[in-house]
Amino acid sequence: MIAFQDVHKYYGEYHALRGITATIRAGEFFSLLGPSGCGKTTLLRTIAGFEGISSGAVMIDGRNMAGVPANQRPTNMVFQSYAIFPHLSVGENVGFGLRKARLPKAELAAKVAEALDMVGLDGYGDRAAHALSGGQRQRVALARALILKPKVLLLDEPLSALDKKMREQMQVELIRLQRQVGITFILVTHDQEEALVMSDRIAVMFEGEIAQLADPETLYRRPNSRKVANFIGTMNFLPAKILSETGGKIEIEAQGFGQLTLEAEQAPGAASGDGAAVGFRPETLTILFEGQTATDRESMATIEEVVYYGDMTYYDVRLDGTEKPIRISMRNVFGRPVLEIGERTRVTWSSGALVMFR
Amino acid sequence: MKGGWFKVYAIGYLLFLYAPIILLPMFAFNDATVIAFPLSGFSTRWFSAMLEEPTLRIAVKNSLFIAVTSSVLATTLGIFAARASTRYRFPMKTGLMGLIMLPLVLPEIIVAVSLLVVLLGLGINLSLWTVILGHVLICTPFCIAILSSAFQSLDQSLEEAAYDLGESAASTFRLIILPLVMPGIISSLLISFTISLDEFIIAFFLAGTEPTLPVYIFSQFRFPAAVPVIMALGTVLVCLSILLLTIAEYFRRRGIAKSGGKDTGGFL
Repeated sequence: MIAFQDVHKYYGEYHALRGITATIRAGEFFSLLGPSGCGKTTLLRTIAGFEGISSGAVMIDGRNMAGVPANQRPTNMVFQSYAIFPHLSVGENVGFGLRKARLPKAELAAKVAEALDMVGLDGYGDRAAHALSGGQRQRVALARALILKPKVLLLDEPLSALDKKMREQMQVELIRLQRQVGITFILVTHDQEEALVMSDRIAVMFEGEIAQLADPETLYRRPNSRKVANFIGTMNFLPAKILSETGGKIEIEAQGFGQLTLEAEQAPGAASGDGAAVGFRPETLTILFEGQTATDRESMATIEEVVYYGDMTYYDVRLDGTEKPIRISMRNVFGRPVLEIGERTRVTWSSGALVMFR
Repeated sequence: MKGGWFKVYAIGYLLFLYAPIILLPMFAFNDATVIAFPLSGFSTRWFSAMLEEPTLRIAVKNSLFIAVTSSVLATTLGIFAARASTRYRFPMKTGLMGLIMLPLVLPEIIVAVSLLVVLLGLGINLSLWTVILGHVLICTPFCIAILSSAFQSLDQSLEEAAYDLGESAASTFRLIILPLVMPGIISSLLISFTISLDEFIIAFFLAGTEPTLPVYIFSQFRFPAAVPVIMALGTVLVCLSILLLTIAEYFRRRGIAKSGGKDTGGFL
């Protein structure tokens, strides 16, 4: 559907995109995730045609987009500021893209009504656009872009201006809308949770490069670098070293865990130069309470910090034989006590939950 | 008394500002040739005399022509410059914009004299168009200042959105940018119209034999008998100014209400 072939972009001396090569499939909900300044918005704008590229190629449907201006590309964009035309009514905003088609009045009205209905704003056509709330503006922007039935809908941080509740509601609605219309959605976001919730696949970007491109679960469970692991959720690290690597198995020695055998897929990344380590998510380790038995393996640990969140408790514990504490998150269960600082406890874990960083 | 002196100051200030203007209609409707109290009775004869003055008619016509043409030209140039300065980056931008804005602080007499020298040197005959030239020169910086703020407050993604929805650069400008900066354009037209209409020095130097309104008024003050007519003319001009200002303010407020912006002050 969309293919980036070694795309580079320079702003003067500044190297904004550093060799982006990726393919976005037709009909998928794709996210570009990264901190501000990582080039994700620039990359999105190269698809829309608002930014030229310095070298490489951007292909849409097998067609090289070089020299094709934004108003002739099969893409439409929802802007961060929504860019609702303030001097037009809601209906005129939504129907704006169809102006060129010169449809009969009744047909245009029907299409506008249909688009407004799709985003849950039926009957808003005659309202002044400037009188809308943030969430409603967002919907108008969506309707305005989707009415043209583009091949690709580009969303530039569309939810960042909304409050938390509204944002969560719009996330669900966007997913529903995307399934309904079947158009490829490309979302730019700096919010890892948003990307995980909404996307079929995510490209994590740092400093003009794609660090990892995968589905949300792979990204969360098997990040290929410490940077990706830290950007998405929380990841604990303990120093480790590789003893041997043979036939899809990796033999390691990790602090706090001892000698282990991992599958090759548990070490997806290349060497970083920061020294090898094993990483694991806070919820993959479980504290064993009185009478519980280990599901897989077991280590002894000391509680160093307790953070109580109501539904969850975060424990910072130090495994025996390690120097720095790791974080474990535990769901609170009725009748089970919250442990206290200084208590000794047993921790169970499974080697399958570990990720090896070389 | 707290604030007492401020009150006195404020009232004194307003009196100084507006009392002379109130005197205009008083003497315009006064049935006497001499501008002095006591008033000697109501009369509209100075207005009739004004309407029958052929030179005055020509002067008004000339001034309106100059003011309308200058304001349209200056605003058009202002749109280009304001657009360029707010949207594009180009080498030596700050220096160039500074040079364009310079006539704002340049003494008008210098502009007038140097223009006169150049025009005469080029062998161009002085006419209303040479006055327009001078007026466009001094009005354009004002237009740019007003229009820059109008263009600055325009969200760039509005343009991109229209372009993204299939419009060309030209139709985007017509459908989105122009309507949204219209209040700025109207203010710019108005300000440059006003500047041009009562501009004296450049008109005096560059008009050749054609009279403009300020030049005519100045010349008439030599004849005591003509002074009441000038008072009548002044009265008409004051009324027209107030009317014009009211219309402009109406459009400005409507524009703001239409685009849902915040009212950040205006003329009234």
